[in-house]
Parts: sequence; structure tokens; C-alpha cells
Amino acid sequence: MARIGVFICHCGENIARTVDVAKVRDALAKHPGVVHSVDYRYMCSAPGQELIREAIKERGLTGVVVAACSPHMHEPTFRKACALAGLNPYLCEMANIREHCSWVHDDREKATEKAIELVRFLVEKVKRNRPLMPIRVPITKRALVIGGGIAGIQAALDIANGGYEVILVERQPSIGGHMAQLSETFPTLDCSQCILTPKMVEVRQHPNIRLLTYSEVEDVKGYVGNFEVTIRKKARYVNEEVCTGCGACIQRCPQKRIPSEFDRGLGRRTAIYIPFPQAVPNIPVIDREHCAYFRRGGCRLCEKECPRGAIDFNQQDQLITEKVGAIVLATGYDLIPSDLYSEYGGGRYKDVIDGLQFERLLSASGPTNGEVLRPSDGKEVKSVVFISCVGSRDRSKGIPYCSKICCMYVAKHAILFKHKVHDGQAFVFYMDVRAAGKGYEEFVRRAIEEEGVVYLRGRVSKIYQQDGKLIVRGVDTLSGVPVEIPADLVVLATAIKASDGVTELAQKLGVPVDAHGFLSEAHPKLRPVETQVAGVFLAGACQAPKDIPDTVAQASGAASKVLSMFAQEAIEREPTIAKVNEQTCVGCFECQRVCPYRAIERKEIRDRQGNLVKVVAYVNPGVCAGCGACTVACRNHSVDLEGFAEEQMFAELNAIVAA
Amino acid sequence: MTAYAYFPGCSAHGTAKEYDQSTRSVCAKLGIELQEIPDWVCCGASPAHAVNPLLSLALVAKNLDLSPSEQIVTGCAACFNRFKTAMDTLQHDRPLWEQVKQIVQPSKLNGREFRIAHLLEVLCDDFGIDNLKGQVTKPLKGLKVACYYGCLLVRPPKVMAFDDPDNPTKMDELMKAIGAEPVNWEFKTECCGAFHAVPHPEIVLRLTDRILQAAKDAGADVISVACPMCQINLDLRQIDLKKRGKTFDVPVLYFTQLLGLALGINENELGLDRLIVDPKPILKAKELV
Repeated sequence: MARIGVFICHCGENIARTVDVAKVRDALAKHPGVVHSVDYRYMCSAPGQELIREAIKERGLTGVVVAACSPHMHEPTFRKACALAGLNPYLCEMANIREHCSWVHDDREKATEKAIELVRFLVEKVKRNRPLMPIRVPITKRALVIGGGIAGIQAALDIANGGYEVILVERQPSIGGHMAQLSETFPTLDCSQCILTPKMVEVRQHPNIRLLTYSEVEDVKGYVGNFEVTIRKKARYVNEEVCTGCGACIQRCPQKRIPSEFDRGLGRRTAIYIPFPQAVPNIPVIDREHCAYFRRGGCRLCEKECPRGAIDFNQQDQLITEKVGAIVLATGYDLIPSDLYSEYGGGRYKDVIDGLQFERLLSASGPTNGEVLRPSDGKEVKSVVFISCVGSRDRSKGIPYCSKICCMYVAKHAILFKHKVHDGQAFVFYMDVRAAGKGYEEFVRRAIEEEGVVYLRGRVSKIYQQDGKLIVRGVDTLSGVPVEIPADLVVLATAIKASDGVTELAQKLGVPVDAHGFLSEAHPKLRPVETQVAGVFLAGACQAPKDIPDTVAQASGAASKVLSMFAQEAIEREPTIAKVNEQTCVGCFECQRVCPYRAIERKEIRDRQGNLVKVVAYVNPGVCAGCGACTVACRNHSVDLEGFAEEQMFAELNAIVAA
Repeated sequence: MTAYAYFPGCSAHGTAKEYDQSTRSVCAKLGIELQEIPDWVCCGASPAHAVNPLLSLALVAKNLDLSPSEQIVTGCAACFNRFKTAMDTLQHDRPLWEQVKQIVQPSKLNGREFRIAHLLEVLCDDFGIDNLKGQVTKPLKGLKVACYYGCLLVRPPKVMAFDDPDNPTKMDELMKAIGAEPVNWEFKTECCGAFHAVPHPEIVLRLTDRILQAAKDAGADVISVACPMCQINLDLRQIDLKKRGKTFDVPVLYFTQLLGLALGINENELGLDRLIVDPKPILKAKELV
């Protein structure tokens, strides 16, 4: 016989104001199977929980219904209280009489009636609950970090320093990401390379980190603690074991006019190249598309020049399969193409560049050795106009969001320009200045007040060329006049977007992306580094535009999530998952088709002689999230959801219908 | 090819007679049938929608009701803009549409889906650039043309959906097809000052000065336009600019006039003599007339 206890919470005034809790208590006391019914001001408080524990022991309860707020808030609290009193936690349920009742109604009488019904049908459900045990999933204590920018570097180092193996995969020939392209960083103006390269070297030398550059994740199978990843290591055509990075091959390469990706087209590179001098690993790659040998045979000068015989034109892509327990996505960002704005030249003007290109012009290791020269004719820039929000916050371009870092880097650019060109003039067109961060507002004020940068609040409507200058026509809305500024160079703070190919990668992992291609976190406030997929974490600008401090913090956050997972021997998961009745399953696999988590596998049933009897569906307990889609799809009811079994649901429904 | 309902617009009866004349000549030559909307009324131009928005909508609805075809073409950028914006407004505001119907009392509107096209769209998209190429008998070799679109053809971009609002290329493509050389310049959609010519001529002088200068800097022999208002501002104002010491002498032709020349139509049928800045000297120099 069921012995159910009902505990009704006032939630201070939140519930009691609209619901007559005493009436609910008395009504439930008479309900069949209920042996104990009480109300209390704050059931979640320590004395409230004590009421539940005592009742379980003294009245020998077989089930508990707490009528209070949403189970999202306090279900774990009350289940833990039950467990402490020796009752299986899955025999405790919550009836939501706050969000579903008192908060949304004002008729006290009707609300009270509704509350009684809500509690009643939970009682009917609990009568049919079974004790469940948490699922324990073993863990492969090795992590995969995808993306070798500052986010991936930080996450990899933190996990590796915690004593676990890390595989760091980067699709470019070198790690470093966009941070390696930057000249100085805001708001302290410390050199980006100087603070980044020690970390890059640390990655390379770390005994726990296996670095795979020029590689991409091709496939991901498995589930939390037990992923199996396939990584394509693209052919470099240089033997990494033998190459010393002497650079003789690069000197010799006759193809010297290839636009450098690292310098964003402002500099040139050879066909066999290292993206930048501090690259890690310091091993060149051959760009097949431009290499004279691959294009038309012959050449092979690099091969002749190499003192170590490291050039290998026969190298093939390699597919590497690895088992990992956790994955950190740190795929970073790109900028939208600056030719999106035809009013700003649509890519027709060489002297209209984007923010990262300007970083390369400022950088001592850049194509101009740090001199601010015009890309078109190499003349020194005396006046420069910065335009913020190019794309960002522009619905007509499909980008309603703020790119967050531009206000700061524009101020930095303007300051650095003034430091390099003392008699130069810098103008900034802005919509508003968003400088929320430690030392950020002070930094922008410094640009305006100490460095003499002219800030104009307004948009630029057009850029056109005249007499070798770019005429920037805009409006200064504070003084209310149209302005035209003849500039040598215009820098567009183009919007940040998610990296190319991230959506495809997310699909392989089952991680949702938002409307703009950024990877979605599990909860925007409380679970910002986790994804909906257990064991997959986020770091950096792949989740949303982010500056370096935020990126590093999130990367360390993701690493700590991985470390706390690895600190356990096995992962405990909620047992409320789908279960297949192998006796009745006919193996149609409709469930497999509808499962969004790819949790359903094929299981062969064999007799004692080893003959195949049939193939049935099997729910992988490590992957199943308990959404219930399969239970609906199954034609002969062979799949059921633990904790939400059909029997339980129908008992609830019957109670509603009976009412 | 289906017949188009032709909406000439008021300027076609006055300052832009040569646009109307050359349009009819070109279409006749290409076999594009134009049926002038019988008894058409003014589109409302710039004043109507500024003073009485309801009137501006009713005028367009009236013309639609009168139209013999659902395919309507006009050469005037302002008429085109008025038709398109009014149709867009009425489509998205049913109560307003009912109100307009009360005023217009239409007899033939029910169930008809209209399309208003600018002549450039009819020639470049419907007739087709490639077909056009095949009809050229006198390619305008060596003639450098600054294609000037003005603002009304392209803005507001979402409603007009004509071409890139900042760097349109439709007319440039047409010029290429007839053998001329469109120049690269950045004032294709710059405002000419429009009707400010009447109350604030100094504004128009400043704006046209800039456009003409830009065309000249880009190396243009002539400017090609697709709007009577643009034409008159750019052409006529050169007299005032000359008085102020700025001589441009850049002929401003309707694109239909240039197209007509390339199709071998007699210049008398194209109204070249009605232009203020005489295009003949440059056309003669290039051996095009």
C-alpha cells in the first residue's frame, strides 16, 4: 500500500496569497493513499526539509509530493532531503503550484481548486514511481581541445597542468589564432605577441599536450567520457620529425607573391611558408595551390635546398582516431567581409581596410615593419578615420548584435596611430562607446582627452576617392552638421562572426548554434561554458564576441569543468532515461531516426549457440538525455522513459480527467 | 512579347519630351509594345506624399485602375518610386487600402497583381542584355559614359529592390552592351538636389557641381541618366555654373537617346536637339553621328 506524504509550501506570500494552503492540505489529507499532509511557510528552509525527513521516518512514507515552486528550482533540494531520510530520491516529486498557479491567477477560489488538482495528480504519479539509481559512466581521462587560439591554448594548458592528457587540434599551420596577429592589446598596451608566444611555446613543450596543427576534426562519435574522434592531419609535405625550421626552403622558393593570410593580404608569402616568425610549430607547410611543383611539375627547389631532406612531396593526409572523455570547443571568430558595404567602397578601395589589417600595419612584425603606410601606394598615413559598428548592430545586414570588442580596439588603434605618427590626426565615427570592463572607460577617455583623437558621434554615409584621398562623408550628430573628412586611410570595425565551418563541426557534435552561427551555451547565465551535449564545453569567441580577458577566463572555466569531471572515477547521470523492452522491440529503429542525441544503437540478441535472434534498439545510458522523443515514436510502446513511464503519465492524466 | 502599359509621367509632356520620344522610338525599334495608360493622372510626384499621403496613394491606385496591363513601365525615376512605394504601403496596410478604394472607386482593380518596372528593368532584364547586343548596329565605340542613377531609382532599397543602392550597375551593363565605356565613379546615386532647384537653387548648384566634377574627373565624355529631374538639374544648371566661372560642357543624355543611336535610330527621332549642353560636338568627334 502506498503511504504518500504531501508537503505544501506557502513560499512566504507567493503561494499563500492566492492559494488557500490550509484547504489544499485538508483536501489532500483525504486523498486515497495520502497518510500525511502538512503545510509550512518555507518548505525549502532547513526546518521545512526537516519536516519531510521526520515524516518519512515516523510515518514510514513510500512517496513524497512537495507542492511548491518549479522543480527547476528545488527538486534536487527535496530529493536530497528524502535521500537523507532513507527514501529513494526518485520517489519524491514536486507539484508546481507557484509558477503554474498562484503567480498566474488572481481568483483565490479557483486557484485553490487548481492547486488541489495539481497536487492530486502528482500523488497519483508518485504512487507508481519506482526507485531509480543514478547511472555511472566510465571516463576516458583525456581531453580534446578544438582550436589553437588563445582560448584553446589556455584551456589546453589548464587541463594539462591539472595532470591530464590533452590533444590540441588547430586547422592552421600554427597555433596562436587572431591574438598572434594583434600588435598591442587594450587597455594596457602590452605587446600581444610578447604575452602570447610564451604560452604557445609552453603548449609545444608540455609533456601532457599533443599538438596537431594543420589538422581538422573530421568526425565525432560516442558520448560524455567516451568520445571517439577522427582527426584529419593534412599533408604538410614537410616531415615534422626531421625539419629543424631553418627556413632555407622558404628563402629558395620562387613563388614569392602569394598574399599572406596572416597579414590579411597586406603582405606576401612564399608557397612553402611559415605563417609568422614565432609560429608554433616552427615547421613550414607547402601550399599545394600555389606550389610550382604541384601546379605544373618541376621546380622542387625547396627539396634541393633542404639540408635535412625533410621535404616530402608524397606525403598524404593522415586520419587519426583518438578516444577522449571531454571536448572543449575553442573555434574562435572571423570578421565579416568588409566589401559588404558598397557605400564604403565595397572592397574597391585598397585604403579601406578592416581592424585586423590595421593590426598588421601597426605590428612590428607586419608587412610594413610597424610603419603606418597606405596599402595602395606605400605613402605614410597622416589622417585616418575609424568607423565603428560596420555590420554590428545593423539589422539590414542581418547582424543585430554588438561585436563587443570594437569600441575598445578602435580606441587602441587611434592611440597607437598617434604614438606612431605624432603629427597625424585620427577620427572615430561611433554610435555609442561601449567600454564596460576593467580600465576600459579610462582607456577611451585617454584616447579622447590625452591623445587628441577626435570622436564624432554619427554614421558615415559614403566614402569616395578624390585627389588621392578618401573623402569620408558622415554626420556629427552632437553638433548637428554633416562633415567630410579627407583621409589617407579608413579602418572599418567590421562585425565579428563565428568562424567558417563551425556549424558543420557543431552538427557533428550535436551542439546547437544560435541564429548567427555562434555555439549555444547550456544556460546563458548559470551554465555559460557547458553545452547541451554532456562533456562538450565552450571557450572564447565561438560562443559570442569576446575580448582576451573574457576569453581566457572562459577557457579556464571550461578547463576547470573538464578537470572536475576527470577528478571523478565515473560520471553520475540522471537515471530518467529511455529504456527499451527487448522482448517486444521489433527493430524498426524509428526511435533512432527521431533521437536528437544519437543515443540509440543497434543491439544484437543471440541465443546460447551464438545465432542471431534479432536486432533491437539499445539506449546508450551515457548519451540519452531523457527527452522522450523515442517513446512517442515507438509504434508498439517498446520504449519507456524511466521516471516518466507511460503508466505514471496515464495515472496523472486519469486524475485530471476524473477531476 | 507582352504589351506594357506605359506611364509617361508629366515631365514627358514638358521638360523631358525627348525622353518620351526616345523611349517610344527605342521600344518601337526593339518590338516592345507600349500602350499609354488612357487618361492617366499625375503620380503625385514629390509634393503629394509630403502634403497629403492619402492623396498620393489614391493617385497611384487610380492609375493602376486605369492601366490596360498588369505590367506597367515608366521611364521616370520619380513616378517609378511613387508607384512602388505606394503599392508597397497599400499591400501592407489593408485598412488603408480599403480607405483608398473608397476614394478611388476602382472598377477594374479586383484580383489584379501589378508590377511596376522602370524602363531600365524592361530593357536589361525583360528584353535582356544579350538580346540588346544583337540589335546594336552602331556601337558607341570610344564613348566614355558616366552612368548616373540618382536616388529615386534605388531608395529605399528594400522597397525599390532595383539594384545595389550604392553601386548600381544595370545602366553600366546596358552601356557596355551598346559598345560604350562606362566609367568607374562614386557619384552614381548621389542626390542632385531634386526639386530644391525651385526653393533653394544654391543647394542644387552645389550638389550638381560636385556630381559634374566627379564625372569629369572620372574621364566621362557624357553623363547618362534615367530620370527627368536628374537630367534637368545636371543639364540646365550648367548654365548657372558657367556664370559662376565653372564650365563643364558635359552633355547629359537620357540612356534611351544613347541606346537609340546605337540601334541606328535617326537622331531626329531621339530629340538630341532639346538638350541644353549640345551633345553633337562630342558625338561628332567620336564619329557617332
